Amino acid sequence: MRGEKTHSVRALERTYRTGADEVRALRGVDLDLCSGEIVALLGPSGSGKSTLLNLLGGLDRPDAGEIRFQGEELTRFDDRALARYRRRHVGFVFQAYNLIPSLTARENVELACDGAERPIGAADALGLVGLSARMDHFPGQLSGGEQQRAAVARAIAKRPELLLCDEPTGAVDRHAGVQVLEVIERCSLELGAATVLVTHNVAIAAMADRVLGLTDGRIAEARRNAPRRKATDLSW
Amino acid sequence: MRRAARRRTFPGKRVSVLPILERKLLRDLRQLAGQALAIVLVVACAVATAVMSFGVLRSLDAARAQYYERCRFADVFVSLQRAPEAAGEAIRRLPGVAGVDTRLVADVAVGVPGTEEPIAARVLSWPERGEPEVNAIVLRRGRFVRADAPEVIVNESFAEAHGLGPGDRLDMVLGGRKREMAIVGLALSPEYVYALGPGMLSPDERRFAILWTGRRVLEAALGVSGEFNDLALRLNESASVEGVARQVEAALEPYGAVEAHGRERQPSDAFLSAMLHQIAGVGRIAPAIFLVVAAFLVHSVLVRLVDTQRQHIGVLKALGIGDVRIAWHYLELALVLGVLGIAVGLAAGTILGHGLTRLYAQFLHFPFLSFEHDPPSVVAACAISIVAMATGAARGVRAVSRLAPAAALAAPVPPGYRRTWLDRLLLRGPARGATRMVLRHLGRFPLRAALTVAGLALAVALQIAMLFSFDALDRMLGFHARAEARDFAVWFPRPLPASAAAEVARWPGVLKAEGWRALPAKLGSGGHAREVNVTGLSQSAMLRTLLDADLAPVPVPRQGLALAGKLASLLKVGVGDRVTLQPIGSRIQADLPVARIVEEYIGLDAYMDLDALNALAGGEPAISGADLAVDPRQRGEFLRSLKDNGAIAGVSERSAVLASFRGTMLRTLTLIVSFFVAFAGLTAFGVAFSSARITLSEREREFATLGALGFSAAEIGRILWFETALLLVVALAPGCLLGWGLAWVIVQRLDTELYRVPLVVSANTVGLAVFVLVTAALLSTWSVARHIGRMNLPAVLNARQ
Repeated sequence: MRGEKTHSVRALERTYRTGADEVRALRGVDLDLCSGEIVALLGPSGSGKSTLLNLLGGLDRPDAGEIRFQGEELTRFDDRALARYRRRHVGFVFQAYNLIPSLTARENVELACDGAERPIGAADALGLVGLSARMDHFPGQLSGGEQQRAAVARAIAKRPELLLCDEPTGAVDRHAGVQVLEVIERCSLELGAATVLVTHNVAIAAMADRVLGLTDGRIAEARRNAPRRKATDLSW
Repeated sequence: MRRAARRRTFPGKRVSVLPILERKLLRDLRQLAGQALAIVLVVACAVATAVMSFGVLRSLDAARAQYYERCRFADVFVSLQRAPEAAGEAIRRLPGVAGVDTRLVADVAVGVPGTEEPIAARVLSWPERGEPEVNAIVLRRGRFVRADAPEVIVNESFAEAHGLGPGDRLDMVLGGRKREMAIVGLALSPEYVYALGPGMLSPDERRFAILWTGRRVLEAALGVSGEFNDLALRLNESASVEGVARQVEAALEPYGAVEAHGRERQPSDAFLSAMLHQIAGVGRIAPAIFLVVAAFLVHSVLVRLVDTQRQHIGVLKALGIGDVRIAWHYLELALVLGVLGIAVGLAAGTILGHGLTRLYAQFLHFPFLSFEHDPPSVVAACAISIVAMATGAARGVRAVSRLAPAAALAAPVPPGYRRTWLDRLLLRGPARGATRMVLRHLGRFPLRAALTVAGLALAVALQIAMLFSFDALDRMLGFHARAEARDFAVWFPRPLPASAAAEVARWPGVLKAEGWRALPAKLGSGGHAREVNVTGLSQSAMLRTLLDADLAPVPVPRQGLALAGKLASLLKVGVGDRVTLQPIGSRIQADLPVARIVEEYIGLDAYMDLDALNALAGGEPAISGADLAVDPRQRGEFLRSLKDNGAIAGVSERSAVLASFRGTMLRTLTLIVSFFVAFAGLTAFGVAFSSARITLSEREREFATLGALGFSAAEIGRILWFETALLLVVALAPGCLLGWGLAWVIVQRLDTELYRVPLVVSANTVGLAVFVLVTAALLSTWSVARHIGRMNLPAVLNARQ
C-alpha cells in the first residue's frame, strides 16, 4: 500500500579501510523509506550517497547500525540471504546501465525475472519504458537512452519493493535523461516501489517527494518537495 | 628526438621512463600471477622435454660412438654354419676391409652356484694371441683368458646379478659335457650393450650370460679345428658396407648360404638405434605441442591485457612515449615469461635427463654413461621458445602499435553481439540466460574458443599418445600368453633325432614335450632377402600356437610358410606369393608358398610344418629343442635335473621371461609416461585456467551485474563452469582422435625388424586421459570461480566503463 514503511535505517555507519587509510563514508544515518515514495539523495562527490544506496540494496555491509526490511534485519543476512533479498525485492538502475551485452533487451529483463515471485513479464516491462519495438536488440544496438530505459525495465520487471537508481542520467544527454527519469517516475508510481534516486543535480532532485542532502557521511538536510515536479518538467 | 622521448626532463630534474615501465611490467606480472605461472610452466615443459630428450640422445650416441671406436666395433657381421680360416684370410684381402675377426660362437647352458635352473649363455672364442682385431671387449676386472685353459670372462652385468667375480667358478655344458670353468675376468662388449638372449623379450641380466673362452677350448668342445662360424669385419671409412657385404657373401658362398649385414641388423645396435630414433621423435614432437599451447596462452593473455589497458596505453602515447617503446613493453612481458619458462625448463630438463640416463644405464651396458647436455639443442629450444612467445604476443603488440592515442583514451566500444548461426541452431527454444550468455560469448570470439579447444585437445592427445604404451604392453603380454602355453622351452646344442622328444617327456616333472626345429635360413623374394630362423612345428603342437592379427589361433600350414607380418612386408610378399628358402650353410634351395601371415611383435620369424622342414633340411628328422609343460609341484626337481643334463644348450621359463619383460617395460614406461601425463595435465590446467581467467576479466562487470540482480556466487560461477565444460566436451572427440593419430605415428616410428608395437588404445586409456583433463580443467576453473564470491560488487559496477 502506498505510504507503507518498507525500510528502516538506524545509525548506519560504513568505513572503508585501505592499509593505514580510513574513509568514513557514512557516520550514522537514520532514515525510513515508504512504498510509492521517491527519495532523492543529493550531495557532492564523496558525501556517501552511493554508499548508502549500496547498503540499502544489500550490495555492501555496514560496519555499524541496522537496516530493517519487512521486519527482518538485513545487516544480519549472510551472502546468500542478501542475494535472495536483491533477487526478489530490489531493482537497480546504474549510471553505466550494466546490461549484459550478450543478451537482448528482452533477455536481460527475463534474467531479472528469474526467481521473482510475481514478475511483470519482459515484454510488458519493456513496453512500460517504450521499448516494445526494440526488445530483441542487443545493448550494442541501442542508444544510451534506450539502454538505460532497458535497464529500468529490468529493474522493475520483478515488481521490487525498492528501486535504487544511482545517477541514472549520468551517462546520457538531457533529452534521454528526461525520458529515463520519466520512466522511473511512472514505474515507481504504478508499481508502488520505494524509489531512491542518487544524484548530484539539484534540478533532478526536484522530482522527488523527499530530498535528503548528504554531507560528509551524514544527512545534513531533509526536506519535502511540495509539490514535487514532474520528470517531464525538469530542466538542467 | 629519441633521447628526448627517453628522458623526460622536469625543471632541475632528469627522469627516465624506462625504469617506470619495467616497474609496471613487474606489477602487471604480479597481477597476472596465475596465468603467468601457467605460461611459464608450459614453456618449461617444452624446454625440459627438449633438453632431456636431446641430452639423453647425445649422451647415448656419444657413449655408443666412443665405445665402438674404442672397441673397434664391426661394420659387417656374418653368421654361418662353418668355413675354414682360409676363407677368412681371403675376406681380409677384400678392398675396404680394415680388420677381420673369425671366431666360434655357441649357445650353451651354464650352471651358477646358488641358482636352481641352468642359464642360457652365448660363448665366444677368444683369440690365441692378443685381443680380437674387431669387437674388442672392455675388461672391467681381472684378466684375459689363456688360450687353452678352462677359463672364462663373463659379462659384468650377469656377474653382478649373481654376485660373481674373478676366482669364482661356474659350470658350462659344452659339446655335451659339463665343464667347470674359472671366471678370470668381467667385461663389457659393444656387441651386447643391449643383451637379448634366445627366447627373451627383454634383457635379463640374471638369465642370460655372455662368456669368452679360449679358442682352443671352444674348438675342442665343438670338435672343430681351423674353422669359424662367425665373422666380423671392420671397414675403412670410405668403404661401402653394402658392397663389402655382398662380396663377403660371394666369398662364403661355397660354404652354404650366408647373409652379411651391417650394424643396422646387429641386434644390440639395432635396438639402440631404434631407441635413439624414438627419443629424437619425442624430442621434436612434444616440445612443439607445448610451445604451440604456450604461444596461444600468451596470445590470449596479451590481447586481454592490451584491451584492459587501452586507456593506459593512450595516456602513455599522450605523454609522448613512442609506439615502439610501448609495444616493446608488452612484448617484454611475453619474453620475460619465456625466459622464466626456459630457466625452469633447463633445470627440470637437466634433472630429468640425469634420471632418464640413470634408468637407461640399468639395462644398457656402456663402460661409461652419463648425461650431458646437447648445446645446439639447448640453444635451439631456448630460441624457439622465445620465437613462440614473440609469435603469441604478435597480435597484442601489433594492436598496441596501431592504437591511435585518441581512440585509446576514449571509452572502448563494448563488444557487439548479434544473432548468429548459434542462435538459429541452438537457441531457438527457451534457454536460460546463462546458457545464452555462454554460447553467444563463445560465438562472439570463435577464434579464441577454437584455440582453447585446440589446447585442451592437444593435452588429451598427448596423454593418449603416451598412455597407449601400457595398452600395447598388455597386448604384447596377452599375445604371448595366448601363443605360448608352454612352461619351459629347452634347446639343444645341435639338432637331435626327433625321437628325443619322447626322451625329454620322461624328464622329472615334464607333463608334455613337443619338439620343434629351428633352421637358420635365408628367405628371399624378388631381390629382397633376410636371414631368419625358420621354426618347424608339429601339426599337433599345443604348447605353442600361431596367432593371426586378431590374436585368433591359426594352424601350422601343412605346406608352405607362415611368415611374421613384418617379415612378409620386408620381403614384399603376401599370402599366395612364393619365397625361396636356403638353409644357412647349405646349397639346397626350396621354393615355397606363403600360406599364412601371422602376428609377431619381436623379431622376424617364419614357421612351417616340422616334417616338411625336416624333409627340406635333409637327413634324419630332427628337433632343435622342445616346448615343455611341467608340473608346478615338480618345478624345482625339473630344474635341478636340467642343471646336470649335458644335453641342453639353454632353457627359458615362460613366466620368468614375461615377468622380466613386463618389469623392464613398466620401469621405463612408468617414468617416461608419468612425465608426459604430468606435463599434459599442466598444459590442460594452464589452458583452462587462462580461458577462465580471461572470461572472468572480460565479464567481471556482467558477473557483478548478475550479483546485483540477486544471483548468488555459486549461480554466477556456473557460467564459468558451463563455459569450461562446453569447451571440454567439444575438445574431447578431436583430442581422442588426435591422440590415436599421435599413437599411430609413434607406432610407425617404432616399427623395426627387431620389434613392433601394436596400436591399441583402450577405453581405460582414453578414460584416464579424459579424467586427467577434466580434473585439471575443473581445478583451474574452481581456482578462478572462487574469485567471484570475493568480488567487490559496488566497485565493479560503478567502475568507469
